[in-house]
This record gives sequence, C-alpha cells and structure tokens, in this order.
Amino acid sequence: MAFSNSTRGLFADEIKRIKEDGLFKEKRFICSEQDAEIEVEYPEGAAHKKVLNFCANNYLGLSSHPDVIKAAHEGLDTRGYGMSSVRFICGTQDIHRELQDKVSAFLGMEDTLLFPSCMDANSGVFEAILGQEDVIIADRLIHASLVDGIRLCSAEYDTFKHMNMSHLEKKLKLHQEKRTRLVVTDGVFSMDGDLAPLDEMVKLCDAYDAMILVDDSHASGFIGKTGRGTHEHFNVIDSIDLITTTFGKGLGGASGGCVSGRSELIELCRQKARPYLFSNSLAPPIVKGSIKVIDLVSSTTERRDKLEWNTKYFREKMEEAGLNMRPGETPIVPVMLYNAKLANDMARDMYAEGIYVIGFCFPVVPAGKARIRVQISAAHEKEHLDKCVEAFRKVGEKYGILGLGKNEIIEKYGN
Amino acid sequence: MDKMKEVVLEYIVDEYLDEDEDDEVSFDSPLISSGIVDSFSMVSLKRFLENKYSIKLPDEEATPEAFDTVNSICMLVNRYLG
Repeated sequence: MAFSNSTRGLFADEIKRIKEDGLFKEKRFICSEQDAEIEVEYPEGAAHKKVLNFCANNYLGLSSHPDVIKAAHEGLDTRGYGMSSVRFICGTQDIHRELQDKVSAFLGMEDTLLFPSCMDANSGVFEAILGQEDVIIADRLIHASLVDGIRLCSAEYDTFKHMNMSHLEKKLKLHQEKRTRLVVTDGVFSMDGDLAPLDEMVKLCDAYDAMILVDDSHASGFIGKTGRGTHEHFNVIDSIDLITTTFGKGLGGASGGCVSGRSELIELCRQKARPYLFSNSLAPPIVKGSIKVIDLVSSTTERRDKLEWNTKYFREKMEEAGLNMRPGETPIVPVMLYNAKLANDMARDMYAEGIYVIGFCFPVVPAGKARIRVQISAAHEKEHLDKCVEAFRKVGEKYGILGLGKNEIIEKYGN
Repeated sequence: MDKMKEVVLEYIVDEYLDEDEDDEVSFDSPLISSGIVDSFSMVSLKRFLENKYSIKLPDEEATPEAFDTVNSICMLVNRYLG
C-alpha cells in the first residue's frame, strides 16, 4: 500500500485548509423525488425534514413529470439500459438521431450533437473547431465549463468586462488579424440571472466578422416567448452560430447536453470533440425522456408562462418585503448580502424556516458580492412563493437588513 | 520603475474595473486575491505587459502571486527587462 500516513496527512491538511477558508461543501441528501417540496437529510444523519426547494435548476418543474417518467420507462423497455459504447462505434440508436433532430428544430439550428453533459459539450467544442490562428473572446463571467474548454483549446483567448459592449468592441478590433474570432457568452448568467445582450453582440459580431457561441443552459425551455432561449428573447435566432445547452436543468433535469449550430461546426465536433469521441453515449431512458421534454415544450408554453408569472410575482413580493435583489427578469433571483458570513447564516436560518436556499460567496461569485441565490420553478405554487417571501421577511428582520441598500448592508456587516 | 507602475495601474483600472464600481486600486492593492483580476482574465494583463515591454513572460512565472499587486508585477517585468 503506497498510501502512507504522511501521504494521507498531505491530503487531510488540504481538506482542513478548505474548511478553514469557509469553502467546504457539506453533504446534503434529498430523500424524495426532485420537486418543489422535498425531504432532506441535513446535516448527514439528521431526521428527514420537509422543505420547499428554491435552489434547484428545475425551472419548468419537469424533473418528476409523469409523462417524462413514462417516456424514460419506454426507453428502458424498448432500447435498454445503456449502450456500452461511445457514439461513433456502436453507441448511436435511432432515438439519439431523433433527439438531435428535435433539438435542432426547437432551437432553430442546422444540426445538433449530443454529449454526456453540457460540461462535456463545453469542454470539447472549442478544441474541435479552432486552432492557434484563431481567437476566442469571452465574457469574464462565463460558466466554469466554458473556461475549462477554452483553456483546452490551442486558440488564443481574451476576455471582456461582463456584458460591456464597448469593451467587447475594443477586443474585436484588437484581434482583427486572426483567422477567425469566436465570441463566447452565457445566455443567462447562472449567478446573476443577467441576460446577455445578444442583439448588440450579434451586431458587433457582424461588424467585426466574428462567430458567436451562447451557453443557454439556464435559458433553454423558458426564455423567449416560446421558450427557445435567449436568442429568441432578442430575436436573433438566425444569427447565432453555436448554442451549447443541457438536458439537466429546464429541459428535464436528468443529464446530457449538446452543441447545436452551423452544420460544418457540428460535423467538426462529431469528428474531433474528445468528450464525444471518448465518452459513453447518453443512456436510452434519458434520450427518450428528453425527447418527451422537447415535445412538451414545443407543444405548449403553459409551463414557461407559469414560470414567468411566478418570477414576476416573487420579485414584486420580495421587493415589497424590503430585500435587496439584483434587478432582472429571469427565474434566477440573487438576494444581495455582500458579506459571506451573513449569506451563509441567513441561508441556514431560511432552512430552519423550511426553505432550502444556499449562500454563495467568493470565489464562486466575485469578492464582496455574497448572496443567496433563489431559483424559481414552474413547480412552485403561489403559496410556496408566499411562504418563501415570509421566511425572507422574518430572517431579514432578524438581521436588520430589510429596506437596506448595498452601502447600508456593507456598512452594517462589511464585505 | 514609478513610470512603469503608473502605466500598469492605468491599464488595470481601464481593463478590469467597471465604470460604476467605486473600487480604488493602488500600487500595493491585492488584485488576484481580492478578485479584481481572476485567473481566467489574467491573460489580457500578461499579453499587455509582453507587448508593451517587448518581453516574453514564461507561464510558470506568470503566477497569481507574481500578478497580485502592481508592485509585484513591475518587479517581475523588470527581471525580464534585464
């Protein structure tokens, strides 16, 4: 055995440092289906507690939808449990093609390629299509999986200030000598809930001959009038070259992701993207479940409309209660607290009130911008939203932050 | 050295601070450890220094520690200026 006590001590010390820095992620167990109301074992070993879930990416409430579960069972019964292969050897079934075609039609793209996750899609897409003679210009707050993918690619990269169009233009001008330019952004930013101004970005990309990639994981299924995503919201569907997205959030919540876009770029991913080439195919039950999800969101806007109503109602009530929120219109609602300890203490008290939310602090969000991120779902009923607002009112009152703005909270608690 | 510090500081303010933020940055303000510059966007600063001073900074030298203040950045650049 080569794992000596001194070797063990090295790793134990690192875990200790993570704890000392306040960055240790505790275990939390959900002992029910994923839904608006769940049963949680937290801390580990504690009795199960029924809470309202306000921290899932279950935007459309489809994680435990009976039609999706039924479709997943059909996938299991008719196409089996798994493929025991990567896609290009013997891991592609007719249902993988069907899902890809349906996603292309839903997103308004030319072609689509499935990946085991959107993390994998983002890890593989850049290296597959770009080389040393190209440049990637990315918003500074893009998702970590895009950052990893960009770092794996030999193309030069640069960044622009979050959603700052004049800074993006400056960077596009700076890199005009490159063979191609690829601008990269999230459609909806996961921590702030901001919508990337795709209409302005598309204009700049046209002016400076750049392609654009949008990670729409926190938008697909519910942003835009028919839920196609951020590109529909800004009426630029035909101008987006690549979309990466997930089936693990609004679109069902299980797993799997994809790259969708210009057919030549998708073909290059099919030929060269390493997570596609060297990882197992998406399992048949998830493929069939995802097909049902795409059918559901293509046939009715009922769920995204309810989510929109829930979001608007929740934001209004929270504002009335005096909570300091980052403005926006997406179901990601950051309650700004600025101080990391305050965010974590309030999240713990919210849990005691039966509301499951999490505090986020540096390095997950910029230093001094700690918050509780609330995520609204179409599975929430009005009484769930009211109960959450009431808990925030009670906990906010305890900490004396109701009605306070940024500077007043920082003055009281520091940041 | 002082002129270099002013040039680097001006670049950092222009490149990394938002107009509506009231952060103030001095020669010894922490940049990386405070989150003003993150490891992903540090590449812009490295490229600027290399172009401005016609040097090549090896990746292993362009560490978060070396890039954490204007003072430490200028010390690193001066080493490569010879």
